[in-house]
Amino acid sequence: MQWDIVIGLEIHVQLATKTKIFSGSSTAFGAEPNTQASAVDLAMPGTLPVPNEQAFRYAVMFGLAVNAEIGRRSVFDRKNYFYPDLPKGYQTTQLDHPIIGPGFVDIDLADGSSKRVRIHHAHLEEDAGKSLHEDFHGMTGIDLNRAGTPLIEVVTEPDMNSAEEAVAFARKLHSLVTSLGICDGDMSQGSLRFDVNISLKPKGSEELGTRTETKNLNSFRFMEQAIAHEVERQMDILEDGGRVIQETRLYNGERNESRSMRSKEEANDYRYFPCPDLLPVVIDDAFIQSARDLLPELPDERKARFREQYGLNNYDARLLSEDASMAAFFEETASHGKDAKLAANWVLGEFSARLNAEDKTVTQAPITGAQLGQLVARIADNTVSSSGAKKVFEALWKGDGDNADAIIEARGLKQVSDTGALEQMVDEVLAGMPDQVAQYQRETDPKKQKKMLGGFMGPLMKASKGQGNPKLFNEILLKKLNN
Amino acid sequence: MSISREDIEKVAVLARIRVDEAQISALESDLGNILNLVDQLSAADTSNVEPLAHPLDAVQRLRADEVTETNQREAFQAIAPATEDGLYLVPRVIE
Amino acid sequence: MHNKSVAELSRELESGKISSVELTREFLDRIKAEDGQYNSFITVTEDQAMADAKAADEQRAAGKASVWTGVPFAHKDIFCTNGVATTAGSKMLANFVPPYDATVTANFRTAGAVCLGKTNMDEFAMGSSNESSFFGPVTNPWGLSSGDKRVPGGSSGGSAAAIAARLVPAATATDTGGSIRQPAALCGITGLKPTYGRVSRYGMIAFASSLDQGGTMARTAEDNALMLNVMAGFDPKDSTCVDRAVPDYTATLNEPLKGLRVGLPKEYFSDQLSPAMEQQVRNAVKEYEKLGATVTEVSLPHAKLAIAAYYVIAPAEASANLSRFDGVRYGYRCEDPKDLNDLYTRTRAEGFGGEVKRRILVGTYALSAGYFDAYYLKAQKVRRLIQQDFINAFKDVDVLMSPVTPSPAFVQGEKTSDPVTMYLEDVFTIAVNLAGVPAMSVPAGFVDGLPVGLQIIGNYFEEARLLNTAHQFQQVTDWHQKLPQ
Repeated sequence: MQWDIVIGLEIHVQLATKTKIFSGSSTAFGAEPNTQASAVDLAMPGTLPVPNEQAFRYAVMFGLAVNAEIGRRSVFDRKNYFYPDLPKGYQTTQLDHPIIGPGFVDIDLADGSSKRVRIHHAHLEEDAGKSLHEDFHGMTGIDLNRAGTPLIEVVTEPDMNSAEEAVAFARKLHSLVTSLGICDGDMSQGSLRFDVNISLKPKGSEELGTRTETKNLNSFRFMEQAIAHEVERQMDILEDGGRVIQETRLYNGERNESRSMRSKEEANDYRYFPCPDLLPVVIDDAFIQSARDLLPELPDERKARFREQYGLNNYDARLLSEDASMAAFFEETASHGKDAKLAANWVLGEFSARLNAEDKTVTQAPITGAQLGQLVARIADNTVSSSGAKKVFEALWKGDGDNADAIIEARGLKQVSDTGALEQMVDEVLAGMPDQVAQYQRETDPKKQKKMLGGFMGPLMKASKGQGNPKLFNEILLKKLNN
Repeated sequence: MSISREDIEKVAVLARIRVDEAQISALESDLGNILNLVDQLSAADTSNVEPLAHPLDAVQRLRADEVTETNQREAFQAIAPATEDGLYLVPRVIE
Repeated sequence: MHNKSVAELSRELESGKISSVELTREFLDRIKAEDGQYNSFITVTEDQAMADAKAADEQRAAGKASVWTGVPFAHKDIFCTNGVATTAGSKMLANFVPPYDATVTANFRTAGAVCLGKTNMDEFAMGSSNESSFFGPVTNPWGLSSGDKRVPGGSSGGSAAAIAARLVPAATATDTGGSIRQPAALCGITGLKPTYGRVSRYGMIAFASSLDQGGTMARTAEDNALMLNVMAGFDPKDSTCVDRAVPDYTATLNEPLKGLRVGLPKEYFSDQLSPAMEQQVRNAVKEYEKLGATVTEVSLPHAKLAIAAYYVIAPAEASANLSRFDGVRYGYRCEDPKDLNDLYTRTRAEGFGGEVKRRILVGTYALSAGYFDAYYLKAQKVRRLIQQDFINAFKDVDVLMSPVTPSPAFVQGEKTSDPVTMYLEDVFTIAVNLAGVPAMSVPAGFVDGLPVGLQIIGNYFEEARLLNTAHQFQQVTDWHQKLPQ
């Protein structure tokens, strides 16, 4: 049987405010346990919440960036449940009147097409604390530093139909919130958390199947694997004539397996009701305008500009514009590198490969865009060959020298572009290979000729100790052989 | 309106209050009486009436995003039932 | 000295006739000698009070005194007091010493008043007789001669009884459905529940957030005005607190009442009211006519639904407000919990008393799936109808007058068997909380030797008018000066 995959996402975006959503406690990461938990955060008796304006501003910025309606009157509700990391015994959230209404995000797919994913809504709420399960004589330790950190929970429509689409959306959302500066985007620390709702239905069927929710996806790679894994699991069940149970599943990325998070109460009854300690939040035109004024260039706008300004193709422009720090790195490289396309190739090629290999983010890279740009400039003006440039890049990355020119100089990587010297080398090499020259000149198929040309390059590079400019060698060869 | 034993057991689970058999019987009658009192509400015609969550028709004030709280862990944990290494301790939570 | 009002004591201190140390000593000695029979205090902070009194005397000597500097008073044990146990009358918080002050507490500190201790109350302010306190019932100083022990009302029964017994001249209190007005009436003192949002709720342990309001209790209206001057005002820590100018509530006490338009809600003179009680209330209204007021009958057509709406909304809010008492961060924790669920269910079963548990369960039920619309949403709609009744009534009159309670103080244990019988005690007071308007209870006579209260209800933020109306009455009557026998 053929199946349609239906995917919707719920994304928790931790907002990069200085303080919590309902108290003036710091949200700085990495503090000692419970040192950033005030009386309000600890739900001490009699304490009351007062909402953070910046959390609303960030939420509105997000809403504008996803083309959404802004909730002019949003209401906080209490979601009641007991858990040790939830001090009040309820989470303050927004159920019926969220700050952000319906919107959409367009994603680019590998085949060059694009797709619109609708946002159902996004609401503001507070994060819970953390439970630490290390051994405290069989007890669990509770750290409430994170309790009350502002979140927006973004809920999409079930508009995605493959892991590729879901990951493309997730990357786009990551790119949006980091570009907006409203979230640090660090998935490994839980600053951005994706939960994936997956269901299958017989191909072409209108009726949605039973869905599961998969949690704990702390990288895009795990997300992709988890979706593949869950799709396969559901397919196995359905093809064996079984039924998928609606449940929440916890994914283990290390083992590529998932398990049911069995909820103790079969049916949770959260008993939502409007929080009587808070009043409706009214957002007026002036507030929306002030948020609009803070909007930076967004990835879609940036992509269009990269194509226009640097002459990049759509694919390169998207890869370079998605992430704000990657975009900034590229622009710095290009501004020093003279040749924007060459700069793009190096940033997406050598530089990105190196980041991946070492599991580093752009901001953690040991080289700057200016350093890479200087190297690109030397490639563009033929000072260094591309193989020589790789050696320079390696040295820069390792910190063996801090600018391309000095490294090229010190290591003798400057390529010989003196035409006279090169011509002499060509003459000498051709003189030593009369049979091959004759064979070349007899050949009428230009394709074969081109291939044969390569046979001369090896000895030429050897003769120049690798420093001959291959482009010039090529030109000279053609001139000499065709005469 | 009456309330069943099952309902009482269900809300006691939701409210995390242990109730024993004898208490359930007493609660059946007490909560039943309270719900009878409350059922007077159904007599009111509330069509076209907006619910009132709050007596004053006011809107929420928002706070500037400035850190105003300092670390008072020592004072707060001095009154806590069980702490260790700055953490609140609870019986092991199984995820 | 213990028979004097706050205003009088303040003048005595100012004139130097007495020091705060002497005054504080006198009240502390009275508490020590007499509170055994009333149980109106949960905690007496003798050492702190004497230290504060000494500091107040120094302040006054330095010429930096305010009206309240050195005047003794007490807090209902629902207001958090930094370093002093704050129990809300519950086993759950019997060991709870907050490291912070309620805003109301901080305001009285700033004013230089001397807090003698924390007064007894119904557990988490849930009750109308002060019999649900973990620290034992409070006995009304009135009616003891008959041999019966009577309730002082609740939930602010400790504050009311302590004032009536002259153990303290004034005390803070809170009112969610009548918890200031009803005990004030039953103890023959004067109490004011301000407009919702007039006094900060920060640090006041929550029962039902959209109904709770801190207020004042003393023997005279003038003292209530002095208290409200300290308590009222904007607090950035309470989102529901109103940012609105606070008048000097004493400034208008002596305005003449000529032309005051008094409305009598006919629903509050129903057959639930005993004829003897009604007579006292009508006599009081006659006094107002003598003072130049005009009296008309008005209607609050939805008032009869107030108790039903209240017993959905208040328990629903309480069920969530009291979830924080889970044995994890403060307060009571059961012995040797075997797992997390055991910790929660046993801590809460053992830490809360019967009435609190009943209300949590009712509230949980009203909010649960399938019942939300029929109970909670319906109650909120009825709440709007009730509010509209008051808005309509105040188009034609300046104040409403009614009884506070259907009958005078009853004997302890009389209404504890059926919770609903107890709830009906608040039949005349609850609608005021649902609407959020201010109201007072003023001593207005006696039935069988027991005090009767007159309720005066005002329009939003018209506390000054209420205090003026009550004060003028107290210039021509002496019910508020009577001493319990």
